[in-house]
Amino acid sequence: MEAVISFLHAAIVAGTPLLFATLGEIITERSGNLNLGVEGMMLMGAVIGFMVGLNTESTTLALLAAMIAGAGGALIFAFLTITLRANQVVSGLTLTIFGTGFADFVGQDLIGQIAPESLRLFFRPYTIPLLGDIPFIGPVLFRQDAFVYLGYAASILLGLYLYKTSTGMNLRAVGENPGAADAAGINVTLYKYLHTLLGGALCGLGGAYLSLVYVPALQEGVTAGRGWIAVALVIFATWNPYKALFGAYLFGGLDIIGFRIQNLGIDVSQYFIDMLPYLVTITVLVVVSMRKSREKAGPKACGIPYFREER
Amino acid sequence: MDNNYISMKNINKSFGKVVANRNINLAVRRGEIHALLGENGSGKSTLMNMLSGVYTPDSGSIFIKGKEVQFAAPKDAIEAGIGMIYQHFKLIDVMTAKENIILGRKNSFLMNEKTLSDKIRDMSARFGLDIDPDKKVYNMSVGEKQTLEILKVLYRGAEILILDEPTAVLTPQETEKLFKIMRKMKEEGCAVIFITHKLNEVMEVADRITVLRKGETVMTVDKADTNPKHLTELMMGCPADLSIKRIETEKNNVAMEVRNLSAVNSEGIKVLKGMSFDIYSGEILGVAGIAGSGQKELCEAIAGLHPVKQGEIVFNGENLVGKSPAEIITKGVSLSFIPEDRLGMGLVASMDIVNNVVLKLYQKQKGIFIDRKPAEQKSVEIIERLSIQTPGIKHPVRMLSGGNIQKVLLGRELDSRPQVLITAYPVRGLDVNSCYTIYDLLNEEKRKGVAILYIGEDLDVLLELCDRIMVICAGEITGIVDARYTTKEQIGLMMTGTVNLMKEGEKSEHDNANNYTSH
Amino acid sequence: MIMPITIRAIKKSEPGRMKAASIRIGAIILALVASSLFILLLSLNPADVYIKMIQGAFGTAYRIKETIVKAIPLVITSLGIAIAFKMQFWNIGGEGQIAIGSFAASYFALYMNDMPMPLMLTVMILAGMLAGGLWALIPAFFKAQWGTNETIVTLMMNYIALKWVMFLQYGPWRDPKSLGFPKIANFPQNAVLPKLLGVHVGWVIALILVVVVYIFINHTKKGYEIAVIGESMNTARYAGINIKKTILIAIMLSGGLCGLVGMIQASAVNYTLSVEITGGVGYTAIITAWLAALSAPLILIVSILFAALLEGGSYIQTVFGIPQAAAEILQGIILFFVLGSEFFVRYKFVIVKKHSAIAEKGAD
Repeated sequence: MEAVISFLHAAIVAGTPLLFATLGEIITERSGNLNLGVEGMMLMGAVIGFMVGLNTESTTLALLAAMIAGAGGALIFAFLTITLRANQVVSGLTLTIFGTGFADFVGQDLIGQIAPESLRLFFRPYTIPLLGDIPFIGPVLFRQDAFVYLGYAASILLGLYLYKTSTGMNLRAVGENPGAADAAGINVTLYKYLHTLLGGALCGLGGAYLSLVYVPALQEGVTAGRGWIAVALVIFATWNPYKALFGAYLFGGLDIIGFRIQNLGIDVSQYFIDMLPYLVTITVLVVVSMRKSREKAGPKACGIPYFREER
Repeated sequence: MDNNYISMKNINKSFGKVVANRNINLAVRRGEIHALLGENGSGKSTLMNMLSGVYTPDSGSIFIKGKEVQFAAPKDAIEAGIGMIYQHFKLIDVMTAKENIILGRKNSFLMNEKTLSDKIRDMSARFGLDIDPDKKVYNMSVGEKQTLEILKVLYRGAEILILDEPTAVLTPQETEKLFKIMRKMKEEGCAVIFITHKLNEVMEVADRITVLRKGETVMTVDKADTNPKHLTELMMGCPADLSIKRIETEKNNVAMEVRNLSAVNSEGIKVLKGMSFDIYSGEILGVAGIAGSGQKELCEAIAGLHPVKQGEIVFNGENLVGKSPAEIITKGVSLSFIPEDRLGMGLVASMDIVNNVVLKLYQKQKGIFIDRKPAEQKSVEIIERLSIQTPGIKHPVRMLSGGNIQKVLLGRELDSRPQVLITAYPVRGLDVNSCYTIYDLLNEEKRKGVAILYIGEDLDVLLELCDRIMVICAGEITGIVDARYTTKEQIGLMMTGTVNLMKEGEKSEHDNANNYTSH
Repeated sequence: MIMPITIRAIKKSEPGRMKAASIRIGAIILALVASSLFILLLSLNPADVYIKMIQGAFGTAYRIKETIVKAIPLVITSLGIAIAFKMQFWNIGGEGQIAIGSFAASYFALYMNDMPMPLMLTVMILAGMLAGGLWALIPAFFKAQWGTNETIVTLMMNYIALKWVMFLQYGPWRDPKSLGFPKIANFPQNAVLPKLLGVHVGWVIALILVVVVYIFINHTKKGYEIAVIGESMNTARYAGINIKKTILIAIMLSGGLCGLVGMIQASAVNYTLSVEITGGVGYTAIITAWLAALSAPLILIVSILFAALLEGGSYIQTVFGIPQAAAEILQGIILFFVLGSEFFVRYKFVIVKKHSAIAEKGAD
């Protein structure tokens, strides 16, 4: 039993960077933009967040910096795809390449350094009174660090925003049919920009979690492909922030399961276990695409640029 | 002093090299139904798009209630009290009627469901608009969607209603209903602008009429001072006979027999329910029906593009069911389908005419290489035969105007000398001259003995051009009638399934709701 | 609401090919200018850096050969990627397809190598292409059958392929003679591609493929069908094209070309199988293919230039101490500018001025 609790607990921790990235990309895609630069934005957030954290020893500044870095990357993408109507797939890929290079370049002197003491202390697990004492659920969900709690909050807030507010409804309209949204008086361009930037900020946060809390050090390629899994998770979660919680933690679990399997005495090469998250992602995607429900499909206008004067 | 409700003065608008509006002047009063009449391509939609904030004029001024306005976005027009009902609905499919109505409004951040529903119900009652607020748009019929669009703009307090070709997708009965609503708006003091190219509608419901031709204002007249002949002259620039000649040919043998054709769509719902009919060489068989009644699926089934669950399609002694589309094309059955966006189903927008013409030729060539020379020759022929305006055969097709694009498509299809030609919406959005070129082409093919299946939206055209008209409703045939002896009203009743001649003449009352399928 | 001025984007009439090309070149020049600023930030002289880069790529015979060796995998992979992209199938799986191809070729090189060289090499080539093709076929099948998003599936396959090679390298195929450092044994002599004019014969293969692919895309039926499908799936359907079959064939070709690169790199550059064979080419090829607008002859030119950029990049790394990551940033900047310049080919910005606010006294 203990082992299960400990595993679930760790799964949530491992899934948190995925969660932020997935939430960020959900918001972006809901506005009609397919931003494949998640990996790049996470790395930028990881490096800048780490750098600022190291120099200022301030958690708030570090997190803010990470958000700004992610949003900065997203801004390049947004400008290219919204204003200049460039191909979204290639723009996103370029952002990943650029972001990776940028992160490697800026962080080269900091590679290997551990996150400063003050920040690590801040992100120590903190038990929420009462909730933390519920049997089973308590230790799993409510004895986590502040970042994880931030993840819960972000997911719930985004869900409420999307489904219960009029602005959220406008956003959904923009992603489904920008022409209709435009005719209804919604400023389509503004919505796209704001939400793409917000999405980038969240991805940056996800990256910062890795370098400041999870590892917690700056490594080259600290994201290890998580950004791409996040893109898949968006589809898995059918663009729903609540489901993203489930998906992210599931994959967090897959990430760390290898270690546990070997502990159980099952002799499987580490490399095959490493393959698991990717195999599962593919399976999930195929299964989802086999379903044909209209409402479970993505925002209809995702990936297509909008141009009012089109004739 | 300008006491018009709306005043547009000296409006100019161009797109690249194309001049859409030139020095247009328009004045509309309160409590009137003002028709904007002109053929396709005359600039009506462009003008109204500027009034609704989608486009901005290159020069000229717009006055609402005497004050000059400049709209930078649709939002500004909405605030000024303008409500535009577009030809292509601007609705979010996955949302409910209620959600579509309140979309984009300055709603409170958190939404209050109940007050909204009440307000909507009030409005529905007041204007006689029947809508279920919680119905999802993708479940609605075309008529319901249009009602929703009207309710949407009224909810925003629109006092000026602009309707862009609203009757194109309605049955005659629904059209009557729409006119009733428009008259009610007029009574309530709204200004209603009604864009159309149909003279009979104008004569029925308009108070004043402004005629546009080739992007310019020709004249504004009171209905009392004009008649259809006069209006035609204004629209065309010269006295013109707008009737379509129907050529009489000897009805030959049966070209194709369709027996008990049934099919389902990807969700398992029946879209064709046991259709049986014959089509003869040398005839034009029209197909009328509400959008989504199965026209598309019927075309696709015959062309081999849609799987057939049951039934036979007999052509030249063989059953086409189960054959591949490529085979069916080589056997002499040709399909030309103009979808709403025109380019999506027959042509490749970024390729030039040659590469589009070769699309139907290359499969017959032997070997793995493509020989484009024959296609080049044919392209030149087609361009000449149909007087297609293009800078050259090597220019991408998307650069051509809508009419020319459709001519390319039809020209290519006709060139393969089919025995059976299925053509869907061939004159969609075309100007009158192009329309007549295409009607003439079809008549020529008819004279050669080709069997033509003509799917169209405009009942007037069907009645004039076709020999027989087959009406379908919800995947079933509700009647096959002689076009010379039937009326629009009769066809309208068959379109909704109210009348079903196939059920031994008895008047069957289908529940209307069951017969509406989504668009 | 009355605005003083507004900036609007409107469509231009279609420009000529010369104009379009000049805009793209202009973008690259702008990118170089932007990069110069970046270099200045490093307290270096841009001109100096650029000159040294060119020297690093083409300065000596040795360096020219190195540039060509770097260009070869880029050319062939880009050709493969271009075929897929032409169909709007976003094949991000180049890396994995290269890796699997190298694995398949290596299997024969290491365990079934008792053959004369020409036969050995042929077997390896076929194995590489087949493996790469099949690896790409899997995501293609899912896309054709259920519309599964190919971008992510191809990408996931990359990781799986690389992990597989790592498994082999650190596990069953590890060379016991390599002390401590995990490495697979070198290929025997008959499994190594011979050299021609000082560079391994891959350059001949690359040139031949440029011509073959060009002919394929522009003059064969399949190539035409691929272009039609990429543009409009519905039109392809209406023309009677067998879409599923064409997708599978095209993507097999795409993967096959990448698999071939895997064989070439293993045989002629690394002389063995290792995870380092791919060297990120699968991703770089996406950029080169895009910059070349998916045209075979342009791919050749762009790939050589990019290889020069990389080769020159590592040279200035030693001379100026600029990290490798800088080359990646440069790549990103260039591509951003070219992506953005597409806009100016088809649209232009127009300033809409406010009209006079005085109401005209017009006739009604």
